[in-house]
Amino acid sequence: MNSLNRILEKRELNPTVTMMKVDAPLIARKAEPGQFIILRADADGERIPLTVADYDREAGTVTIIFQIVGASTFTLNRLNEGDMIHDFVGPLGRPTEIEGLRKVAVVGGGVGCAIAYPVAKKLHEQGAVVHSVTGFRSKDLVILEDEFARVSDKVCKMSDDGSWGEKGLVTDALRELIESGEQYDEVITIGPLIMMKFVCALTKQYGIKTVASMNPIMIDGTGMCGGCRLTVGGVTKFACVDGPDFDGHEIDFDEAMARGRMYADFERHAYDEACNLLKEAK
Amino acid sequence: MPNMRLTKNPMPSQDPTVRNANFEEVALGYTEEMALDEAQRCLNCKQKFCVSGCPVRIDIPAFIHETAQGNFEAAYQIISLSSSLPAVCGRVCPQESQCEGQCIRGKKGEPVAIGRLERFVADRHNSAEHAEVSVPEKNGHKVAVIGSGPSGLTCAGDLARKGYEVTIFEALHLPGGVLVYGIPEFRLPKAIVQREIEGLKALGVKVETNVVIGRTLMIDELMEEMGFEAVFIGSGAGLPKFMNIPGENLKGVYSANEFLTRINLMKAYRPDASTPIQHGRSVAVVGGGNVAMDAARCAKRMGADVTVVYRRTEKELPARREEVEHAMEEGIRFLFLTNPVAIESNEQGWVSGIRVQKMELGEPDASGRRRPVPVEGSEEDLPMDCVIMALGTSPNPLIKSTTEGLATQRWGGIIVEEETGKTSREGVYAGGDAVTGAATVILAMGAGKTAAAAIDAKLSGNA
Repeated sequence: MNSLNRILEKRELNPTVTMMKVDAPLIARKAEPGQFIILRADADGERIPLTVADYDREAGTVTIIFQIVGASTFTLNRLNEGDMIHDFVGPLGRPTEIEGLRKVAVVGGGVGCAIAYPVAKKLHEQGAVVHSVTGFRSKDLVILEDEFARVSDKVCKMSDDGSWGEKGLVTDALRELIESGEQYDEVITIGPLIMMKFVCALTKQYGIKTVASMNPIMIDGTGMCGGCRLTVGGVTKFACVDGPDFDGHEIDFDEAMARGRMYADFERHAYDEACNLLKEAK
Repeated sequence: MPNMRLTKNPMPSQDPTVRNANFEEVALGYTEEMALDEAQRCLNCKQKFCVSGCPVRIDIPAFIHETAQGNFEAAYQIISLSSSLPAVCGRVCPQESQCEGQCIRGKKGEPVAIGRLERFVADRHNSAEHAEVSVPEKNGHKVAVIGSGPSGLTCAGDLARKGYEVTIFEALHLPGGVLVYGIPEFRLPKAIVQREIEGLKALGVKVETNVVIGRTLMIDELMEEMGFEAVFIGSGAGLPKFMNIPGENLKGVYSANEFLTRINLMKAYRPDASTPIQHGRSVAVVGGGNVAMDAARCAKRMGADVTVVYRRTEKELPARREEVEHAMEEGIRFLFLTNPVAIESNEQGWVSGIRVQKMELGEPDASGRRRPVPVEGSEEDLPMDCVIMALGTSPNPLIKSTTEGLATQRWGGIIVEEETGKTSREGVYAGGDAVTGAATVILAMGAGKTAAAAIDAKLSGNA
């Protein structure tokens, strides 16, 4: 029943970001924007949570987009079209709540745009006005440019070095939109924690409800381990069952950033080892 | 003539100073000689008090009688009539408060070592070659079991033996539930769990891993679209509890569930593991149950100096007695009548210590145990670099929130009729920690058994 998980399509979106379309009919039947899957690339692999970037209920496929940041994503990226992903489970977490929204700014940063896109698409499909603000470090790292253009009524492109769109941060563009009189029912932001922190700080000034999609460290993803906990409004919440979306004005981002770095040393070491192994294999 | 020695045959074990640095099994098991000798301590009482102490009602005097005669396979078959997981229960049951707690021999001296004998008989059976299990003739009824922990495995086994077509749905990538992610290798080798699961598969039970009921599939779909006539929910314990004290989300604070899952399921103790874990130097484990003991002993094996912090006294420790003794032998320190009030950190946001408060026992509370009350002005700081919270769990909300009409307690546990495991939903049964909150393997097995009997009665038209 669940033994498929075959990679039907693999594409390099930029040198460190890969898209995979996976045969997973059960998950494709249920997946909604904002939800995630957990996978293990091979029999000894780590459980990696990845947000669903797209799904096709008829074709029974689920698309994931991931950045190669450590040994586990490195191993995942070595799988090719036709290969099977060892374990692929989901959809997990609650879907992003977009019902009734009429005008929304979707703010994505880096590979977070892969998660922001299905939200923007669904909003567009329900007839909402979508303003997308996407930011990347530079032009080579841009993903999903055409996709965002198709589902947005307005697109603001930002890059740190000015090599794509305007030079500046997503918060610069968002402030400009708000200042120019755009009135949003909600801002939805997905990207690096530091970016989401500043987006939320900005919208708080203007009193615009903001939802941030969190991607903390987790293991089971079903409400058992408690590793994905974060503080929201002074209360401990679990991203896997209570989230991953939370009220951005209530999230303790500094704590989330610290927790996210808990295994940074281990991961750097594991990544180096994985790269060295590959060199030896060659 | 029974053997009237007052003491049990001691369990051969790895030396504490050796085993506290490895993950191999602590208790090595009886030899045949020891088992024969121990079995002769049983008086084969007419009034079988021991059986009344066993949640799955194993005919204990009968299996011990066969053991004493050297008929080990016959002994195994007697246990098998009541228990699907004898090799597991012989290792993890709290015998002192169940069968052995009722044993007449315990009135004067030590009870018969029923658990050790059960383990011997099961291991003996498992180490021998056996003829292929005959798959029971199918009766044409389909039952879904949610979760592959002790209650689910038991329910599935009992139904499969009666000819039901059983499919187990497991959320994780490996079946076994708490037997795999929770209980450590040194207490319950994973090969034993694997063997039990292979045994169920040989009976025709299907195991679908990586399926989260309440997300991937709903109970309604199982029953309405996939043709399952009954569903047993054995989804186990849920989210870990915390104390709500400052510092609980610092780097270096784990729930016991997370710590144990990293070690047991993801093998983070192995140098080549792909899942990371913090190697603490001084670790505080907060709590006094079996899970706390497991976490403490794992941390010790990872090289840490470990302190268990418990707010009541040694007498109230809820853990199985043997686990406490083992932990103490392995050099784990216990601070009783002590309760954390805050976790402190260094500049990098890592745990640097815990602030604890002394407690004293006051009036009995609702549980009948004397309530610990803080001693004013008794606070002190203990340097630590890792804290593991082992305070129990609250039920997983996934199935409850996606199954209409499934009644639950205010605290989230699924409400069932005790004699049958029936829930408020027609055809849906439940048992184990999902119903009771964190309890024991054997109680969960008992609940799986009860539900299997009720499902059989219903589907075969006898109820």
